[in-house]
Amino acid sequence: MDMQKAKGKVVSVNESLVGVIITQGAVMNGEVAYIVIEDGKRLKSEVIDVKTGQFVYLQVFEDTSWMKAGDLVEFSGLLLAVKLAPGILGSVTDGLQNPLYELAKKEWFLERGLEVEPLNNKTKWHFTPTANKGGFVTGGDILGAVPEKIFKHKIFVPFSLQGVFELIEIAPEGDYTIDETIAKIKDEAGAVQELTMSFEWPVKMAMPFYERSVPEKPMPTGIRILDALFPIAYGGTACNPGPFGAGKTVLQHSLAKHSQADIVIIAACGERAGEAVEVFKDFPKLLDPRTGKSLMDRTYIVGNTSSMPVAAREASVYLATSVGEYYRKQGLNVLILADSTSRWAQALRETSGRKEEIPGPEAFPMYISTLISAFYDRAGVEIFKDGSSGSLSIIGTVSPAGGNFDEPVTQATLLSTGAFWGLSRTLSDARKYPAIDRIDSNSQYPSLLKKEEVAHLLELLRDGKSIASNILLMGEKGITDETYIRYHKAELLDAVFLQQNSFDEVDGVSNPSRLRIMFDMILKIIDAPLNLKGKDKIRSHFNFIRQAFLDWNYMKIDDTNFDEQNSKLLNLIKQRAYATEDL
Amino acid sequence: MLQKTYDKIDSIGRSILSIKAKGVHNKELAEVIYPNGDKAFAQVIAINNEQVTLQLFSGGFGVSTNCKIRFLGKPIQVGFSDDMLGRVYSGNGKPIDGGPELLTDMVRIAGPSINPVKRLIPKEMIRTGVPMIDVFNTLVRSQKIPIFAKAGEPYNRLLANIATQTDADVIIIGGVGLKYDEFHYFRQRIEEAGSKNKTIMFVHTHRDSIVEGLMVPDLALAVGEKFALQGKNVFVLLSDMTQWSDYLRQVANAQDQIPANQGYPGDLYSQLASRYEKAADIDGAGSLTILGVTTMDDITHPVPDNTGYITEGQFYMKDGYLELFGSLSRLKQQVNETTREDHRSIMNVMARLLSEAEERVKAQKFGSVKDDYSFRLLDYRKTFQKELMDPFRYLELEDALDLCWDILARYFKKEEVGLSSKLIDSFWPKEGQYKILKPHNNE
Repeated sequence: MDMQKAKGKVVSVNESLVGVIITQGAVMNGEVAYIVIEDGKRLKSEVIDVKTGQFVYLQVFEDTSWMKAGDLVEFSGLLLAVKLAPGILGSVTDGLQNPLYELAKKEWFLERGLEVEPLNNKTKWHFTPTANKGGFVTGGDILGAVPEKIFKHKIFVPFSLQGVFELIEIAPEGDYTIDETIAKIKDEAGAVQELTMSFEWPVKMAMPFYERSVPEKPMPTGIRILDALFPIAYGGTACNPGPFGAGKTVLQHSLAKHSQADIVIIAACGERAGEAVEVFKDFPKLLDPRTGKSLMDRTYIVGNTSSMPVAAREASVYLATSVGEYYRKQGLNVLILADSTSRWAQALRETSGRKEEIPGPEAFPMYISTLISAFYDRAGVEIFKDGSSGSLSIIGTVSPAGGNFDEPVTQATLLSTGAFWGLSRTLSDARKYPAIDRIDSNSQYPSLLKKEEVAHLLELLRDGKSIASNILLMGEKGITDETYIRYHKAELLDAVFLQQNSFDEVDGVSNPSRLRIMFDMILKIIDAPLNLKGKDKIRSHFNFIRQAFLDWNYMKIDDTNFDEQNSKLLNLIKQRAYATEDL
Repeated sequence: MLQKTYDKIDSIGRSILSIKAKGVHNKELAEVIYPNGDKAFAQVIAINNEQVTLQLFSGGFGVSTNCKIRFLGKPIQVGFSDDMLGRVYSGNGKPIDGGPELLTDMVRIAGPSINPVKRLIPKEMIRTGVPMIDVFNTLVRSQKIPIFAKAGEPYNRLLANIATQTDADVIIIGGVGLKYDEFHYFRQRIEEAGSKNKTIMFVHTHRDSIVEGLMVPDLALAVGEKFALQGKNVFVLLSDMTQWSDYLRQVANAQDQIPANQGYPGDLYSQLASRYEKAADIDGAGSLTILGVTTMDDITHPVPDNTGYITEGQFYMKDGYLELFGSLSRLKQQVNETTREDHRSIMNVMARLLSEAEERVKAQKFGSVKDDYSFRLLDYRKTFQKELMDPFRYLELEDALDLCWDILARYFKKEEVGLSSKLIDSFWPKEGQYKILKPHNNE
């Protein structure tokens, strides 16, 4: 059975792209290889192209300094894979699943050639079998479960196993490591295989859905502008392109903290290390209000930050996605935050350039759009054999060059995602956070508000924008009081409802019930007839309401003064509604 | 290690050379040996069978086909010792201040990045005394942040000010493409401030080769990182990274690389990131803070654009002022909650009102500003610029915050500013009683 693994020799080195001549055996496109350099270190790499004359290109996941022509290459015969088993939640790994805390025990710096066990293989997990000896199983069937952090982790027959197997042995309830045998199965030919609680999955292959359904249930994010106007659904996809400094990172962190998903996976791809650090050092200290446990218990972080080897960026995105698909198979709602898909695309551009492929627009490879679409297609709602379901949602950050949304990565992403949150520098300069464009953003998913309520708000926002440009041209005196009131209603909606202080404990997150209370109040203000005359009086009226509303936004819903402030606001609206004179 | 010498030079360009050689390592250091015995450094940057490409530290001019290349069997390294403090080095690591060459430990340059779990969350404000920084875009220890400015703005003066007015243990200046007078200015400023004994300079001026310029950030950061690992708080100043990127473009072009945007190589982002990411607050050691300069005309140009995605904000300098819009400190939220209770709120309100005022400036061009509120906004804007945006006005943070309240009170009513009632009660100045703001002359 054991095929002879291929061997080769380095012939060319150009940064992370290495050309190799095969000296023995056969190679597979996508297989993992190790380059053995002079000091004996083994540098992990991946076959990305097989050329004529026994020549292949490898992309190396490590720094290629000190490599030379003639260095030995050992091929593994295996595709780049992720190890799936209990123990992933709460961990932080690099893009190749090396746990960073374990690496730090060896070296302070990410020295090359270091590989450690992706998952702890000493920890004992309490396994309770559910499958019966003598029964028949196939890939994806459940053998039993172990408790992991906040949920029951199902132990599957590896998804890659096809056909029917007889379960000839299953371990009794007890404590096992992920590498201990917990079952034995026999195929029709009589060959016996031992199964453990772990198995591997090639990261670039999408896990097949048992049955696929459409995303139609809104996923609350706690961010009002999203939940009300531009929602994402469980199993849906969204992108938030924007120039630097428009608040992508703060938005992503807020989503990671407050989204009502069971599991959040953060793929920090080619971005600042400091941002990932904030997450994995802060989250363990924060409580998830839904479970009462540490926020880290539902989080997994893949960190291939901008100064780590470029070739591993691609791997990090796919690693995160495969883990996401695995937890979806567990029947959970999983959210992947990929920050930033542009850095992944740039990594592909670097490699493509070194291979001297004919470049597409802005020198990105021609196939970039296909890869992006296929990536977002791995999100979705899955229905299982027993009728239960799970979902995987993906929110991808895009960092367009020059903040220009016409560039290839943004365009390909827009075609592949269901919600578009365009971040605007004009809004962020005006400190109107989240700086998500109120007019140009969109979503195809249902909102927490009713359809006609959303339309009502969007109409007011559009009106407000057009009145603002009239004011710019003609001055406040050039428009009627009635129009001026409409303008102030739009401004108020923006200031107290769409804007949100994500650094404040209370204002930073609005759950669905609070969103409803706030919306109802906004609606009262918008719909209240107002008979004020004179621009100064109108402005002052809305100033008072804004002040009172903002104070209210910072009060906890169960604070005693919350209701007081509520009445105060109602009075303000009522008092002025019918007044013809300034009170 | 065995040193091999080869003489089969194939081609010589402005900054790269190609030669046939065997057993050569990627990134190996080499020497170009001229027929008269002179030597210059070179480094291997690509290998294809026996074809080896090197970049030339002294440029290709004057290199002849009868030069020899000796491969030195070691990577590029830089010296490291306390004795380097007060000294000035070139982009190839040689002293250029007339002082002796030091025999020191050699350390690797452009090493791997620190494991993220060894990083601390930045949490310590660095007081600079510059109101636009301390109040609006607070600098935080271990931050990486450049000044964005047109050529000709006084960015180097600000850079030197910040470095010398703060509490850095070690200052390392990495000058890339400096004019001679800028180099001279840095030296003088550091000496005047009495900081010479904690400063090391790596300097590349326009008379040196671009490859040496390319090396400067790596040398400065490698030495800085070592000091940080010893527990020191280090400031690395890099000026000007736009010229550095330009050199990168020239070398990539000479290698026939396919350009991405405006001729820059596709890896410009990664190249800049691997330098700026050296900034870190290290668990169990010191810290490295990077202040850079990115000269630019247009923020969407590839260099400031890529830089903005990498650094933790930027200070935007225009017409001698530090601008509010366009400037950003991503780490300010880590520290400005604990400075003074009004800090965050007043910062946001001042910015929002200024943004409203900017709208009025546009409207003014249409002649549509006629109401009292708009006129007050315009006056507010003028005062804001005069009182707060001068990068060379020194104010302690608390005074600068008080000044903000003074300015608000001069132009607005309490309910117009959108601050919580609690803060207004504690901080709103009593009628006409300003703490910092001077009384109006023309009122």
